Amino acid sequence: MSTDVVVIGAGLSGLTAAVRLAEEGRRTVLLAQGVGSTHLAPACIDVLGYAPDLVESPAKAVPALVAEHPEHPYARVAPETLAASVAWLRERADGLGYTGSLEENLLVPTAVGVPKPTAIVPEAMAAGDLRSGGRFVFVGLRALKNFYPAYLAENLSQVKLPSGATLEARAVRLSDPGREADVGPLDYARAFEDPVFRRAVTDELRLNLQPGEIVGFPAVLGLDEHEAVLKELRDALERPVFEVSSLPPSVPGIRLFRTLRAAFRRVGGRLVIGPTATGAKSGDGRVEALVVQSAAHRTTTYEAGSFVLATGGFAAGAILLDSFGEVRETVFGLPVSGVPPTDEPRFLPGYLDDHPMARAGLAVDGRLRPTDADGHPVYENLYAVGAMLHGAEPWREQSGNGLALATGFAAAAQILEEAS
Amino acid sequence: MQTMETMEWVRGSLDHCVKCTICETACPVSNVTPLFPGPKYVGPQAERFRTAEGSPDASLDYCSGCGICTTVCPQGVKIAEINAKARAVMKAEHGVPLRDRIIARSGLTGKIGTPVAPIANWFLANPVFRRLLERTLRIHRDAPVPRFAGRTFQSWARRHRPPAAPTKAVVYFHGCSTNYYEPRLGEMTVAVLEHNGFRVLVPRGQECCGLPLQSNGLLDDARRYVKKLAETLVPYARRGYDIVATSTSCGLMLKREAMEMLDLEDDEVLRTVSAHTYDICEFLVELHERDELRTDFNPLPITVPYHAPCQQAGHWMGKPALELFALIPELRVEESDADCCGIAGTYGLKAEKYDISMAVGAPLFRQVQEARSELAACDSETCRWQIAKATGVPSVHPIEVLYRSYGLGG
Repeated sequence: MSTDVVVIGAGLSGLTAAVRLAEEGRRTVLLAQGVGSTHLAPACIDVLGYAPDLVESPAKAVPALVAEHPEHPYARVAPETLAASVAWLRERADGLGYTGSLEENLLVPTAVGVPKPTAIVPEAMAAGDLRSGGRFVFVGLRALKNFYPAYLAENLSQVKLPSGATLEARAVRLSDPGREADVGPLDYARAFEDPVFRRAVTDELRLNLQPGEIVGFPAVLGLDEHEAVLKELRDALERPVFEVSSLPPSVPGIRLFRTLRAAFRRVGGRLVIGPTATGAKSGDGRVEALVVQSAAHRTTTYEAGSFVLATGGFAAGAILLDSFGEVRETVFGLPVSGVPPTDEPRFLPGYLDDHPMARAGLAVDGRLRPTDADGHPVYENLYAVGAMLHGAEPWREQSGNGLALATGFAAAAQILEEAS
Repeated sequence: MQTMETMEWVRGSLDHCVKCTICETACPVSNVTPLFPGPKYVGPQAERFRTAEGSPDASLDYCSGCGICTTVCPQGVKIAEINAKARAVMKAEHGVPLRDRIIARSGLTGKIGTPVAPIANWFLANPVFRRLLERTLRIHRDAPVPRFAGRTFQSWARRHRPPAAPTKAVVYFHGCSTNYYEPRLGEMTVAVLEHNGFRVLVPRGQECCGLPLQSNGLLDDARRYVKKLAETLVPYARRGYDIVATSTSCGLMLKREAMEMLDLEDDEVLRTVSAHTYDICEFLVELHERDELRTDFNPLPITVPYHAPCQQAGHWMGKPALELFALIPELRVEESDADCCGIAGTYGLKAEKYDISMAVGAPLFRQVQEARSELAACDSETCRWQIAKATGVPSVHPIEVLYRSYGLGG
């Protein structure tokens, strides 16, 4: 199999690179062992939330972060590229109505009632912006697992907003008859596509709302018919309605995945889900082909001019730490930077501590190509993007999807530039 | 490469489960019925509680075995394979119904029905008989059952004279459905391959691959069948011939399912056969990659809704039929978004599962009907029968579209 570009990994960074390349006419194959991180995370584009204090403007805070941490992946992405990636996503996912900007972070509530700084959010989450306070009602669906509105509301009520504005939050629990416990978000997303169920929800809810209250639902307001569901709820309740992201599976993330997958198909991209990339053929400092385990007892090779590695970090199994303390990237065996020496501690006792291992990942050059110990690219035509990059700590910085989008977009730009 | 090629590796893969629930988002069955709590729950979670005494609950039986969970799992957990093995244990305990023993033997039913095809077809199309069949055997009265062709592909292949001077040869594994129900598909496959300069070898004595037995929990029987089939094919593989399959799920059985689900990971014969087995469209796309596929396609000014069956996703090869369709001038293809048509081999035949099967397939049926096309295309036979029955739109293998476009029908 021979093509222009092979992208490995179908999370946000891989999807972004793949769609971008295919829409510019590159024959692109997107290979993934399975479906990626979109299904696990809220579909917000968190560019930078903490550095380490709460970030109000990513546009101002990112350059400061980069100045202080020159090894940070954002140092490999020009500010205008970051801005272009955000503009691109907003256009590509126009059905999801992404809003917000790099100039100022919104603060949206999480399922546990913590205000989360984020730059760009699906339109369905935007009305949940807490910055100027307000009176919020959070709706509980009796059988939905992992969403407890009373807990959310109580935590949120105690939040002191930076603006000093007043925040009131309370919970309403719907009777939601006919459902047994332990129903997942997707089941409810489908239920919301049923007009009868929606009607029951809005009828009961109307009796429980006071004037001026804004309504937050768990992020289960429809899947394929999300836009229509949201509009109908807003019309029926005659007030702003928004979604609160919760534990996986992430319905907003699935919407984003489907949107980008459809965009990839439209421009002739080839999506191959299932095989595991096991190695590569290389020569003259270039990757010539990717080797994957076929479903049959043989390997298949994908030859291409460029390769984008978007397989994720430790959590995705793309970088492994074994019991001997050896760290390796699983496809190309690329060097992993930021690993403390074996005689120094790699982890600290507290789960949320700043672990020495936390920023380990692939070091890349200014064109996002993984580098060796001397800073030279390992391969001329191999790019790495997303969660596998060295120098970031996305869960602490609140920067995961921002990094994925920006680096995926930037790698595609590098490849496009190279060919022209 | 997999280093632990034993069954413990399949079961052991559950330790990689991070409970991310991606499989649950993709499961066609749990998304339409609460009777099946989903692949994560029934697979890696319940597996931890399975002991010699069996499964903690019986919901496992509602898994259709489509395999999508394994395909979408980003951590490489063999969810469908774990479930298939557990289901076999459960069935061994509670007994396998006579119905399952019958519908799992497509080769045998084919052999019995072929000589009496007109009578058998009359009975199977007769509503009174079907109601009786539902009451006695619990095969749903409206479930799609194929018609016996009344002749076999093997007998055609014996008489068939290949064109002179082919430059290369390939082995055709036709499967039971082509042999007994759709011999025309076999003939068209041979024609397409011969058009591309191949001599098509059709080994005699190709019996069932054992897949329906395996999916009905009859693992010992399945093992016997697949080993016998592999013995038939392996002499060709050893000589370096590639083996092409038009049946998506039977091809997958040879590629990996038999090895993974039937404790045959170390079987040398199966491994050799697997290494040479290709889905027919995968094979033709690879030919095209090497500039060896003839592209003298005539324009085909029609719209075809195309559904890639879920068992095809298990081949991890994308959708090769789409790449072949793209070579045909004026052909418009509408790719389905649906993951599954619901039939899952023999699942949708069962009276207690028929409604689930139809609910799973509903979005696909809608899409096919909305296309208002004269035909739909799908690689897998049971899915084609399901689509045709549910929508009234004739459904063909992608090979038939190529055959038409090559102008091979005369």
